Amino acid sequence: MSTACGPCLRRSWLLRELAGHLDAVRGEIDEVLALSDHALIAAVGGRRRRQLERRLARARDDPVRQALGGAGVRPVCRCADSYPSRLLDLAAPPTVLFIAAERGAEEWLAEEPIAIVGTRRASSYGLEVARSLARGVAAAGMTVVSGMALGIDSAVHEGALAAAGSVHEGAVATAGATVAVLPGPAGEPYPRSRRRLHRQVVRAGAAISELPAGTPVRRWTLIARNRIIAGLSAATVVVEAPAGSGALLTAAVARKLGRAVGAVPGRVTTPQAGGTNELLAGGAFVVRGPQDVLDAVYGIGVRAAAGELRPPLSAEAREVLRAVADGADSADALAAAERAPDTSLAALAWLELTGYLRREPGGRFTVIP
Amino acid sequence: MLARLTTFAIDGVDPRQVWVEVDIHPGLPAFTIVGLGDIAVRESRDRIRAAIKNSGFKFPDTRITANLAPAFLRKVGPGFDSAIALAVLAATGQIPSDALRSYAVFGELSLTGELRDSPGVLAVAEGARRAGLRRLIVPRERAREAALVDGLEVVAVPTLRAAAEVVMGAPPPGLPEPHAPSRLGVAEPDLVDVRGHRTPLLALEIAAAGAHNLLLEGAPGTGKTMLARRLPSILPPMSREEAVEVTRIHSVAGLHSDGLVSRRPFRAPHHTISAAGLVGGGSPPRPGEATLANHGVLFLDELSEFQRTALEALRQPLEDGRVTIVRAQYAIVLPTKFMLAAATNPCPCGFAGVGDRCRCGEAELRRYRRRLSGPLLDRMDLLVAVQAPAERDLRAAPITASAAVRERVAEARERQRARLAGEGASCNGELDGRLVARHVRLDDAAQRILARAYASGSLSARGRHRVLRVARTVADLERRERVTSDDLLTALSLRQRSPREDALAA
Repeated sequence: MSTACGPCLRRSWLLRELAGHLDAVRGEIDEVLALSDHALIAAVGGRRRRQLERRLARARDDPVRQALGGAGVRPVCRCADSYPSRLLDLAAPPTVLFIAAERGAEEWLAEEPIAIVGTRRASSYGLEVARSLARGVAAAGMTVVSGMALGIDSAVHEGALAAAGSVHEGAVATAGATVAVLPGPAGEPYPRSRRRLHRQVVRAGAAISELPAGTPVRRWTLIARNRIIAGLSAATVVVEAPAGSGALLTAAVARKLGRAVGAVPGRVTTPQAGGTNELLAGGAFVVRGPQDVLDAVYGIGVRAAAGELRPPLSAEAREVLRAVADGADSADALAAAERAPDTSLAALAWLELTGYLRREPGGRFTVIP
Repeated sequence: MLARLTTFAIDGVDPRQVWVEVDIHPGLPAFTIVGLGDIAVRESRDRIRAAIKNSGFKFPDTRITANLAPAFLRKVGPGFDSAIALAVLAATGQIPSDALRSYAVFGELSLTGELRDSPGVLAVAEGARRAGLRRLIVPRERAREAALVDGLEVVAVPTLRAAAEVVMGAPPPGLPEPHAPSRLGVAEPDLVDVRGHRTPLLALEIAAAGAHNLLLEGAPGTGKTMLARRLPSILPPMSREEAVEVTRIHSVAGLHSDGLVSRRPFRAPHHTISAAGLVGGGSPPRPGEATLANHGVLFLDELSEFQRTALEALRQPLEDGRVTIVRAQYAIVLPTKFMLAAATNPCPCGFAGVGDRCRCGEAELRRYRRRLSGPLLDRMDLLVAVQAPAERDLRAAPITASAAVRERVAEARERQRARLAGEGASCNGELDGRLVARHVRLDDAAQRILARAYASGSLSARGRHRVLRVARTVADLERRERVTSDDLLTALSLRQRSPREDALAA
């Protein structure tokens, strides 16, 4: 099954060879990646120019194909029909997408994917919103794209995976998958600590990258993948991003492509909300929940977010939930509000188990919207 | 002339019978001790010579060879002094050697001939009874400890002279009177000092009732250590066998106590402790804090500051209730049935969960979490967040007092003991998978909740088992034979951590 042609694969090989050289020009990486093979070698090849030219000319398809894919990873080049057409709007579309997925990934990429991204140093509020937003969007059947970085990105994938899990129990129609765009080869988790998440994403969705196996993660690869996240997606939502965050680069690419850009409003005093509030001030659509995203993509009221999946609340549980929302957010605080500690402990445990509350560090709880 | 008598060496915390043989034969004056003794044993020659002379006996001007058998067993410490001295006296005919057969002798000598306090007397007394000896000569200070062993006549003597006289037929002196309790004026920390902290108080009560391992997590100054220090005040009383075992261990370790130790031990080693210090080790191996905390509480304050090797070394003792220390020539087994209590900050800056004060990044948090290894956290039955009490709570009356809690705890423990009689466990904290299946009966609602928690992935297989044990204790405190959904939910609530923290530790 050949979905990548020889010239495109040779380009991937070249990117791997030049990975170190490209870091020097990461400031204008978009322009550099748009160059032809020969121009690229001329621009950054340095002393290896002649040697690279020679090896490029001699490179044969099959060994390159074998060397670049890696186990469980399929290359799809931009000449193939299954290549996501949205990416072609980019100034420098990836010549080859390497896709690690247990099930076919191309159809998901062809749907209306939504990118949800944000900072690595997220607040617990940001993580909460990221998770529930991704869950809602995925439950509505859309593909959720992010970068698997620490913080918001990982929470986004987790949320989308959770939607897939709850759908398997048999409630709604098909939930959307989740796609992680990695800054390194698609088959290798980055950061390494996200091994488990990577495995889950590959099982239920796809991990993709423009870089062939064996390419080291560099600063430019982190920047270059942002354009792929934006390019793949019909809309890009930033959950939390301080000024200067990479997530804002993704939003900038999306805006340049004329795609919808949304942001989750944050407190003006929180540094993590600096970039997102800035986006909102500049005209990004406001994201309060999955419905806002659906409205922005399909038009207002065209598609409705999934309804309540959780079991109904008893009167007592409802009361505890309201007390937590009002600020009595720990067992001790509830107890001070005249409730026996063991009954409120039990009530909190039930609400946590059924997905109404999330436990935060320090024994506090937040209400899951 | 040859004389022979029995004494005991302490191996770990167990007695090993040692025969002292003394041979006197003509030749230039010399005194050698053979049989793998350490420096203290070699130096005992000088103490014995002086003690014999100063007790009004004659030290032979001939060749003396003392042998400590069995020769493969390493002998440590000065406890063999009095045995060797009496054997010398018997070998030179100054006391009858036949009479010595039924005695075991233990104790260090001073140059004046006094028998000095020597650690490990209770272990020696147990060894003497097991070896079928009828009488035991020990220093007076430790006599009441030796008298804890039934069926043994304890000869509590102040000096070598007195010991020799008893062997020659004099009536043995009576046991010394117990020391007056010296606890006067030292008030033990009591739960009556605690304000607020309702959840941690409940967790302490449950932990004490079932001997469950407990982790208190909270920002600096919220009261984690304050709470943990009050744990001893609510622990249930020890059974006599437990008390004797604790006394033996503490006696060997030289933590002197008069007679029987009556309170459960509470050990709080500093976080700079080594792995050997924590679980036992060294050469010759000595019991570590885990063994000293046997039947009591081992409290590790600032858990994340402990060396990783030390914490990892705790895993086996926590699981098995004993630790095996192997040296090149032999192995010893030390009991480590303790309840682990630990306190830690939630993150490097200490303020996670306190408003927006925490400024730790995820990578820092992750590194911090790594240090509290997953396996160790997995062995905690109760994970409890401690928050600073509200101002209103500080002004309020105390919630409870230790005496009331202790009563409930003792009753709950009694229920467990009755239920588990003959099962090889004495409290819910010791239940293994088989015993959990047999003794933790859930009602239907609780069954459904457990299934839901397990299916949602918030419980591991081991976590499930731990939650059931805690739920059993909650029900015991409520005097219920069947575990209800509220009991189970309470147990779940006291073991859960924030999913964010769990993700970090993964």
